[in-house]
Amino acid sequence: MAPLAVAVPIMVAALIIMVDRRLPRLAIDLLATAGALADVVFTALILHQSASGRVITWSAGWKPVHGLSVGIVLVDDPIGAGIALLAAALVVLALVFSWHYIESEEGHYHCLMLLFLAGMEGFALTGDIFDMFVFFELMGAAAYALTGMKIEDPTSVQGGMNFGIINSLGAYIALMGVGLLYAKTGQLGLPQLGRALAHQPRSELLVAAFVMLMAGFLVKGAMAPFHFWLADAHAVAPSPVCVLFSGVMVPLGVYGAFRVYWAAFPTAIARPDVSRAFLALGVVTAVVGAVMCLEQRNFKRLLAYSTIAHVGLFIVALGLLTSEGVAGAAIYIVSHAGVKAALFLMAGVLLARYGTVDEAELHGRCGDAGLLRWLMPVGGLALACLPPFGTALGKEISEDAGSAAGYLWVPALFVAVSACTGGAVLRVAGRMLFGLGPPPEEGAGQTSGDEEREGEPLRRIPATMAVPILTLLGGALAVGILPGVHAAAENAARIFVDSGGYRNQALFGTAARLPAVHEGGWSLSGVLLGLLSAGLALGVAAVGIWSRPITHHFPRLLDWGRRPLSVLRELHSGHVGDYVAWLMLGLAALGGLLSLPAR
Amino acid sequence: MRTVVFLAGAAGVVVLAVVAALHIPGFGSTFHPYRTAAVEASVKHVAANVVSSVNFDQRGLDTLGEESILLASILGAAILLRPAKDETEKRPLSAGRVLESTRMLGYLMMPITLVIGLDVIAHGHVTPGGGFQGGVVVGTGIHLLYVAGSYPALEKARPLRAVEWGEAIGAGAFASLGVAALVASGAFLSNVIGTGSFGQLLSAGTVPLLNGAVGIEVASGTAVLLGAFLKQAIMVKGPDDSR
Amino acid sequence: MSFYPYLVAVWLLVVGAFGIVRSRNLIHAILCLSVSQSGTYVLLLAVGYQWHAKPPVFGEPATHPTAKVVDPVVQAMTLTDIVVSATVTALLLALATQIHKRHGTLDPDELRQLKG
Repeated sequence: MAPLAVAVPIMVAALIIMVDRRLPRLAIDLLATAGALADVVFTALILHQSASGRVITWSAGWKPVHGLSVGIVLVDDPIGAGIALLAAALVVLALVFSWHYIESEEGHYHCLMLLFLAGMEGFALTGDIFDMFVFFELMGAAAYALTGMKIEDPTSVQGGMNFGIINSLGAYIALMGVGLLYAKTGQLGLPQLGRALAHQPRSELLVAAFVMLMAGFLVKGAMAPFHFWLADAHAVAPSPVCVLFSGVMVPLGVYGAFRVYWAAFPTAIARPDVSRAFLALGVVTAVVGAVMCLEQRNFKRLLAYSTIAHVGLFIVALGLLTSEGVAGAAIYIVSHAGVKAALFLMAGVLLARYGTVDEAELHGRCGDAGLLRWLMPVGGLALACLPPFGTALGKEISEDAGSAAGYLWVPALFVAVSACTGGAVLRVAGRMLFGLGPPPEEGAGQTSGDEEREGEPLRRIPATMAVPILTLLGGALAVGILPGVHAAAENAARIFVDSGGYRNQALFGTAARLPAVHEGGWSLSGVLLGLLSAGLALGVAAVGIWSRPITHHFPRLLDWGRRPLSVLRELHSGHVGDYVAWLMLGLAALGGLLSLPAR
Repeated sequence: MRTVVFLAGAAGVVVLAVVAALHIPGFGSTFHPYRTAAVEASVKHVAANVVSSVNFDQRGLDTLGEESILLASILGAAILLRPAKDETEKRPLSAGRVLESTRMLGYLMMPITLVIGLDVIAHGHVTPGGGFQGGVVVGTGIHLLYVAGSYPALEKARPLRAVEWGEAIGAGAFASLGVAALVASGAFLSNVIGTGSFGQLLSAGTVPLLNGAVGIEVASGTAVLLGAFLKQAIMVKGPDDSR
Repeated sequence: MSFYPYLVAVWLLVVGAFGIVRSRNLIHAILCLSVSQSGTYVLLLAVGYQWHAKPPVFGEPATHPTAKVVDPVVQAMTLTDIVVSATVTALLLALATQIHKRHGTLDPDELRQLKG
């Protein structure tokens, strides 16, 4: 079943290439959407099956003998199947949105989307480290082409190039990590690697392999300082493509990193070292993302930085290395995907109607945007983790996990970052949709929001655009409202961190059933913190909108913040050489954080 | 400034790598457990070229991913090199001049190259080679028509629709063979056909078939890719190009 | 010095990245990316080597199968790697073509539209 989730989109893409000149555009849309829907069905079935134990598939029938096999294994536990299902669902909604949004005669866009889906499914469902590299590159190749698709727009092709060079370099670094691991153990499958490394003494070779693998996957996962490409790519890619990037491709990078950790390295590298490294880098990522987010004029770039900020929060939650942290991150990732995807689609609608996503240019002009007048503020509040959205539930569980692990600053970080990102969206909504506040001044060194339309200018919002937006926001709300979500996530998380069970079930077919958890859900402190972050977001938005009158009264505030802020902004220069330099420094920093002994 | 940042990072990476290299199993050691298992499995499935067996029989899912990367990149390059909204495609006025010696050499070498390429594809499971290697030889061999002849001659020999179809058929065939194996034996991409005798053309079960599918895809894909670049260079004209 | 090939692999990775950092032309940067990737080929093939072992092909010339061959798995991985690199390089070169058309330059220092 799992290989079908990869093969079927490829077959449908091949079919579309063959028939795209003969069929009308509607037929190509339907065919592509059907291919993605097939994947939704497959991954839902795998998710259902995995609830009673991981779904193990040895490709081509090479069953293991004495725990070794020459084939590729696909190990699907609820979290892996869940993220695969998320990917398929987002592709369906993005393709539905594209029906009237993307203007294209041939079927190439649809083929690239299907191949992108195949790459994501392969990456999420496989249990073999070289296979992960191959599907990682498949995701990358399709993504670079989709980013640069609007060739008439100079920024599109530049964004695509920056994206392409950095992510490819990350993939090659990951491959070096694969090579080093293979040299040490002679194995490529995660269960076999886990078994081989389970009793190894600590070794610098393993640290180097781990660093390279993590760095490679976390380039895709946009952890600082590997994150510079993300804003460039999101600012220029078509909005339905940004949905996939922020919603599931970037979280997949983080998923891949932690999957490799839990399956192969839990005993090979000291746990406090790993935790310290990811907590430190996660905090840096979250803060950089939140600060840069507030500085953006281009709505899509703003959303991109908010993705970086949230990825920082996911890494902090996962970096606690406990099952509660994983559960919180899982719920947060799924609901964040819904909210962020909806916001990107709204940006697409704005672009189609008004020809720009620049906050300054659209000040006060979007009053006739219909449904968006309600949905964008709701999206901003959901991003700020207002209960009962799923984002608030994920945040609450992650905060509790952080406090339980002894890091009392985690709730403060989560509240601050979600307030900043939600507040930035609310500020944009206030200015664009309601015309609040004075028109913003032109900031030097900011990317403007001018962008090529992807199709004809829009009069009314058609159903194919409104329905995906509503579905996504509704989904994010449902995650928070439905009963049993916390318990399901906690059970899934326990399976995720159960490394012994992972390898025993894959290699020998035996694994102890973990006891199931039933309680959980909203708590008073969680709800209060969620309301706090939403309230702070409104405050951040208000300060943003009426900042000139405020700084008029507090001039010293302005000077104190300007210098470090402009240094940070200059680092995000759009120059690929800068990005590569920071990538190398980040690689060294990760190595240092993992090698230096814990205090 | 960026050089300083880079050198600091590179220094750290080099230190990490050197320390790791001191612990790596020495170059040329005998510790290769996967190798031993792979050779055994390859012999069991009667494939004389163990690398092909690993690629198509044992780790076929990787190869499916790899050929999809090829498909996606070529589609992506084609979509990126399309004429923009303010450009048109115009046939150049002259077909260019080719030296007689080049023309003769090209017409001599082209059939030889194509035959060698097809041989490499067909014998991929027995001798070094396979679909990817042979496909590239065939795909670039066709372009000898451009080097030794002219662009119109190339266009007539490889109509764009035909090679796009070839690409799609190759990719679809690989995935379909996998699904057919799933239906026949319950495992995706398993080797379900009779395996024949060692070292013969008809051996190793599905490996020559998968090789063939990949060969078709790579050859057609190379033609599409080079065609897109050539068309962009030769035929696409901007609003202010006077050629 | 039995770890010399591994050092060569790391050197290629680092020097390729250095090339991208100092590059004044995007096509040069793309080719430096290829150089970085060659480091991975060297690493993989070096990992798979065994002294006095034969090539893992028994068809031509027809030889008796033996387990004393160099590692075919890393050769298969390198083959996959080469295909991936070639096609992604093609994609990036297509992007470079369009950048040249739209911006009039291939110098990263002069591409100033994506900042902040």
